Amino acid sequence: MTTPTAPDAMYRNDEGLGIWEHRGKVAAVGVGHAPTSRRWDGRPETCVGAITIDALRKAIDDAGVPPDQIDGLVVVPVTTTGAFWEAGKPLPMDVIQSFQQTDDPLDGIAKLSAEWLLANMPELTNVKFTMYGPGCMSNALNVTAQAVGDGLTHTCLVVKSWHNFEGRYYQGGANAGDALPGTPAITQLWGGPASYSTALQFAEYCRKYGKTHDMMAPFMENSRRNGLRFPEGYWAQHRPEELGPEDYLASRWIAKPANLFDNDIPIMMSGAYLFSTAERAQDMKQPPVYILNHASSNTRPRSLVPTLDEVEADTARTGRKIYEGAGITADDLSFENMYDGFSLFHQFHLEGLGYRGIGFGDALDFYQTDISIEGPNPVSPSGGNVGSGRSRVWMHTDCIQQLQGRAGARQVTGVKPEVGVSGGPMPLGGNYTVWSASPD
Amino acid sequence: MTKQGVEPDDFSQPFWDAANEKRLVIQNCVGCDRLQHPPTNTCRDCDDGGPLEWKQVSGRGTIYNYGVVHDCPVRLLQQDQPFNLAIIMLDDDPGIQMYSHLPGVAVDEVPVGAAVEVIFEPSANGQLVPEWRVIAD
Repeated sequence: MTTPTAPDAMYRNDEGLGIWEHRGKVAAVGVGHAPTSRRWDGRPETCVGAITIDALRKAIDDAGVPPDQIDGLVVVPVTTTGAFWEAGKPLPMDVIQSFQQTDDPLDGIAKLSAEWLLANMPELTNVKFTMYGPGCMSNALNVTAQAVGDGLTHTCLVVKSWHNFEGRYYQGGANAGDALPGTPAITQLWGGPASYSTALQFAEYCRKYGKTHDMMAPFMENSRRNGLRFPEGYWAQHRPEELGPEDYLASRWIAKPANLFDNDIPIMMSGAYLFSTAERAQDMKQPPVYILNHASSNTRPRSLVPTLDEVEADTARTGRKIYEGAGITADDLSFENMYDGFSLFHQFHLEGLGYRGIGFGDALDFYQTDISIEGPNPVSPSGGNVGSGRSRVWMHTDCIQQLQGRAGARQVTGVKPEVGVSGGPMPLGGNYTVWSASPD
Repeated sequence: MTKQGVEPDDFSQPFWDAANEKRLVIQNCVGCDRLQHPPTNTCRDCDDGGPLEWKQVSGRGTIYNYGVVHDCPVRLLQQDQPFNLAIIMLDDDPGIQMYSHLPGVAVDEVPVGAAVEVIFEPSANGQLVPEWRVIAD
């Protein structure tokens, strides 16, 4: 069985598609997370393949489904945080020999195939459907929801994992060399860090609306606070430190106006979910969380970096797609868990959604109000990547757990958790899911 | 600041040859007469994907936006941190952007909206690279 990448037809990229045809007929039930770590320590039991198996088994157990009833697996094959296995570096044979290996010796170490997972999870005896959702969990969730709705699978696992090796972020490979090939050199000679483009959009935003970087502090503090209540997350597990305004604003710049904390910390992690039809989900161990819609943006900027005009136009378009397919309005959102890694674009997602009625240029003022989980306007109750490290997964886990009423110390109390939205990554180009405690 | 050297490939050779002649060329679709940058193998707007050419532009532009890089992933540039990294909008088509370190502009004192003109600076292996400097009033 060769696993295909999801075709374009599985995504809902356009406006005017109407209510999603499978609205309320697909549900998430089980959640599984492996323990996090800052970097891989080289042991077989902590390689990205091993932690992925751990997360998948936990999701299966959480849903209470016998493994032989699972017939689908959606995987994000790319696992890098920006760390790559350098050419010529000896292969870790002890790790490779600990698993059933595919033809690629780095499978399970620096990437992940569905075939590797199935070879190393012998309990999954009936998986007939496998597919890749490229990029991140947000994408894979869209694929999984559509696949279950379309009847390609009835009980499907979906997983996203990250590996992180020794060394500075993106500082190896071509960036360490004395010369670049001519084509990438046209755009890469100038050395912008990963957060540079977002920093520029934020700078333009501040100029246009008269805002300042220090207005981000309440959002950052709130996100870390929520993250420290996320026992599956990196900061809660390894560095239980609050992030007050003084620490946030005193941190060093990476690409001003983006500072260290505006950049999410790369980690090893794996998160998995079990999806099923709404009908089958009724008999599982956890309450079903129904999918009301999934929506995507595949917009590209005209040139090197998205302008603020391009960002605002696309986030507004994304908001309309999210609501149209779900048959809801902004007023129906109990909370939002849009992406935040980099923190400086979270406000673009909020404003595109019109969350709590805010418009363009309003979000940083909104951050100065009560955005806590105890208040009426919870912002990022997951804490996102700011609160738990780079995964692009926390936001989805939190939506499921909030709506199942088992978010623990993170449970929103200022609103009744009925409908949530999550997704990303970037304001231009992303995938979004609308979750509901009820199928209607 | 000395940038990494450039090893032109077949696709990019016209761009870098022009730079060595101190001319700025940008990819243009002959079918829809629209510039595009970064260059790609096909026109992003035409259904038939092209044909594409390299078109010389005026070399005039405006500073659209900037950030200050304090933690650069490129080894050769790290000794120059912090440095400005600006986006230039071309006068020929403001939708087309180019990067610039804005030589001669103090760090974090970038005059957004100022007029600039292209210059060419040698990279680590001598290949000339387009850069931009503020035009004095």
